[in-house]
Amino acid sequence: MLRKPQLRLVITFHTTAEALKTEKLAREQGLEGRLIPVPQVLSAGCGLAWSAPPETQAAMETVLERGNIHPQQIIQLTI
Amino acid sequence: MIYLDAAATSFLKPPCVAQAVVDAMHTVGSPGRGAHPLTLAASRTVWACREAVAELLGATDPARVCFTPNSTVALNTAICGLYGPGDHVITTALEHNSVLRPLYRLEEQGLEVTILSADETGNIDYGDFTRALRPNTRGVVCTHASNVTGNTLDLGRIGAFCRAHGLTFVVDASQSAGVLDVNQQAVGASVVCFTGHKGLLGPQGTGGLSVAPDVTLRPFVVGGSGVHSYDRRHPQDLPEGLEAGTLNAHGLAGLLAGITYVKEQGRENLYRKEMELARTFVNGVRDLPGVTLYGDVDAPHRTAVVSLNLGEEDAGAVADVLAQEFGICTRAGAHCAPLIHEALGTSARGAVRFSFSHLNTPQEVAQAVDAVADLARRLSPI
Repeated sequence: MLRKPQLRLVITFHTTAEALKTEKLAREQGLEGRLIPVPQVLSAGCGLAWSAPPETQAAMETVLERGNIHPQQIIQLTI
Repeated sequence: MIYLDAAATSFLKPPCVAQAVVDAMHTVGSPGRGAHPLTLAASRTVWACREAVAELLGATDPARVCFTPNSTVALNTAICGLYGPGDHVITTALEHNSVLRPLYRLEEQGLEVTILSADETGNIDYGDFTRALRPNTRGVVCTHASNVTGNTLDLGRIGAFCRAHGLTFVVDASQSAGVLDVNQQAVGASVVCFTGHKGLLGPQGTGGLSVAPDVTLRPFVVGGSGVHSYDRRHPQDLPEGLEAGTLNAHGLAGLLAGITYVKEQGRENLYRKEMELARTFVNGVRDLPGVTLYGDVDAPHRTAVVSLNLGEEDAGAVADVLAQEFGICTRAGAHCAPLIHEALGTSARGAVRFSFSHLNTPQEVAQAVDAVADLARRLSPI
């Protein structure tokens, strides 16, 4: 395997702008995570996703709500 | 960090480009808008850039080199300016969405489009052009080089077909300008669309189209032109006819510096260097277990683009590991070119694209080969 699979919170977006906004807001809240290429199992093609520890899901959902960001998908995934 | 994403943008640039942009920001006003020294300085910079582009692309007239923010706007201008309902246009499966989407949109309005298919190595059958002809065929729109495989199309051959059948010929030179020989007059291209920030080494936000003397385009955008302000209609004469709004003179100063560098170094020399690096990479990874290379990688005429996949791995995950663990920048995904991925059988997961610049080093290529070998070992442990 390429790397040890880990359970991650993965958030996908309709636009790259929303992904970048999410990163900024998460950083401001001191939430761990980073932008990654969208995993193939979620979407073919291109784009960015937010990958973070699963335990940050509730906090991230608050971040998204406060930022008026409507993600495409919020999922816990082993990648 | 090792930058192997030159097909996306020329991150590696000669220092003269950034310097030219900074210098222009301190020395030029608004191009084509008045006659005081600073506007004239801007206008002269833009004109010099037109001349440089015309010379590099084998165009007849610098005044018919029109600038746009990028190749996509240039292609929209050319495609929407030439074709409409009732017309038939031929294109290929190698195309980027900047060609396909304007055509699809026009198709909804009544344009007929034939897309020539590509085989599993990403090559087309040139006989298909003749087979696609219809009484209402008006033109061919095609790329010079695929941004996914690096395969090239024979512009001379396609241009001859267009001449023989009285068709207009729009060339997308986004991946080839400054790299391959793009000679508008020699191939008989009606319009050559280019971007400034790839092979021409200029800043992002620069690009344009060179329009042949016998070709008239409906403008895609109208507005301020600096001339004929009391006319309700945008002026038709080029270049202003296709340049509504203030041009990016600062960026074009950088583009001029980039093209000047390409000319001084010799386009062929730069091409030879980057192809040598790409071939070294191909030879280093082609026999690794689990590596699938896409495209006609051994073809003599191609660009320094190498796409691959590793086993059944997600291309995005491979690119992520390359970036995170090895500091190697590549591009994963579909590369905005869906049809070539269909031909290659990579629609579901895309591919990892390594694209090389003459400013990369053999050491960087060796490190990239080592990184792919490392990943291949992880997937196929002995």
